[in-house]
Amino acid sequence: MKKLTLPLSESQIEALHAGDCVLLSGTVYTARDCAHKRFFEYMDAGKPLPFPLKGAFIYYAGPCPAPEGKASGSCGPTTSARMNAYAPRLLDAGLGGMIGKGEMSEEVAAALVRNRAVYFAAIGGAGAFYGNAVKKSDLLAFPDLMSEAVYRFEIEDFPLVVAADCHGKSVYAKE
Amino acid sequence: MRIIPTEEIENCVCRLARKACIRLTDPCRAALEEACARETGAAEFALRTVLENEKIAAREQMPVCQDTGMSCVLIELGQDVLLTGAPLRDAVDEGVRRAYREGRFRKSICDPLTRVNTGDNTPAHLHVEPVAGENVKITFLPKGFGSENMSRLVMLTPAEGTAGVIRTIVESVKLAGSRPCPPVVVGVGIGGSFDSCAFLAKKALTRPLGSANARADVAAIEREALEKINALGIGAQGFGGVTTALSVACEIAPTHIAGLPVAVNMQCHCVRCEEEVL
Repeated sequence: MKKLTLPLSESQIEALHAGDCVLLSGTVYTARDCAHKRFFEYMDAGKPLPFPLKGAFIYYAGPCPAPEGKASGSCGPTTSARMNAYAPRLLDAGLGGMIGKGEMSEEVAAALVRNRAVYFAAIGGAGAFYGNAVKKSDLLAFPDLMSEAVYRFEIEDFPLVVAADCHGKSVYAKE
Repeated sequence: MRIIPTEEIENCVCRLARKACIRLTDPCRAALEEACARETGAAEFALRTVLENEKIAAREQMPVCQDTGMSCVLIELGQDVLLTGAPLRDAVDEGVRRAYREGRFRKSICDPLTRVNTGDNTPAHLHVEPVAGENVKITFLPKGFGSENMSRLVMLTPAEGTAGVIRTIVESVKLAGSRPCPPVVVGVGIGGSFDSCAFLAKKALTRPLGSANARADVAAIEREALEKINALGIGAQGFGGVTTALSVACEIAPTHIAGLPVAVNMQCHCVRCEEEVL
């Protein structure tokens, strides 16, 4: 099993191929539908996002509240396709990649190729596994969105599958 | 006549929700173990992670999935029961409110337009069915929306018949693809009206996974649809393989001479459902 730590270099991203299983560690930022909508409002207004986009990874997820003494509650991926409308522009602005679940659009696949980025699939329904692998969590922005707020996570050995790589290949080719 | 204070119903809903969100049903776990043994590559990796996940959830007392769902509460209310105390709707919502706060479950219910969260996972989706006797059966189904979003309802013509029903089920799973967290469980409503058909599909999801409909022709639809779905090649999480669905459950009701409604309610592999009889 390949172990990787964020941020990823261009050569590390190029070495990833659809279907590869990896364990990923490092810093990721959570964001779902509502947070993405606000990112776009910020970008349209020329305001900086809550975190530097260059090389960053967004985790499409909204955690359960953290139990006493833990960094996060259950926190598996949400369906990425809902973010099809947002991902290309963020990738063009420097986003390093995304973590979510399920197939994304052809526009997203093209943006991954264009920007040498990668889309990882986490295993949907494994919320306790991923929540337990979050070692540190900071609320960065939009607390009014509750579980949909933007959190900065330090993750350790997230089990992931390369869903769409920077060579234009997808693990979902059979669909 | 049996008197039941609605506080007992509140406590029961709370108990069922606390239990349901942190474990898979036994038949679901068994089906996932079987699937894991027959799959390879990324699909096996996904199923292994899901099975390990439930062990972590049990050990840490954390929800198996962060989407602790819309709280679907199905009550079969014996007509010889007299309910006393707070209104039933309030008691059920209070049970949900307490469970989601105490269990530290995610609150996922919001206004459909403003998207403002209600903050406590209420209101529950409450369905009360009057039945004979003096018992109250409560079923709690925390319904995740990754799969709910992939559900469909189609008004077929009577001419399309059984073949049309099977085609609709298989086509729905194909359209959903990798998005509803396959291997899925497919709840199907056949007949009734537009709205009651959708509820039949939801009710089908509360049946023990893998159980067959008592009517032979309906059970045959379940078997044939499952076989065709598992030939689609979508597989666990969409990673390919022969396990796209764990089960198809159909519920049927008489319909109008002019129609053949079919509802397909998609459920992810994370089947959580608990029931109790008061």
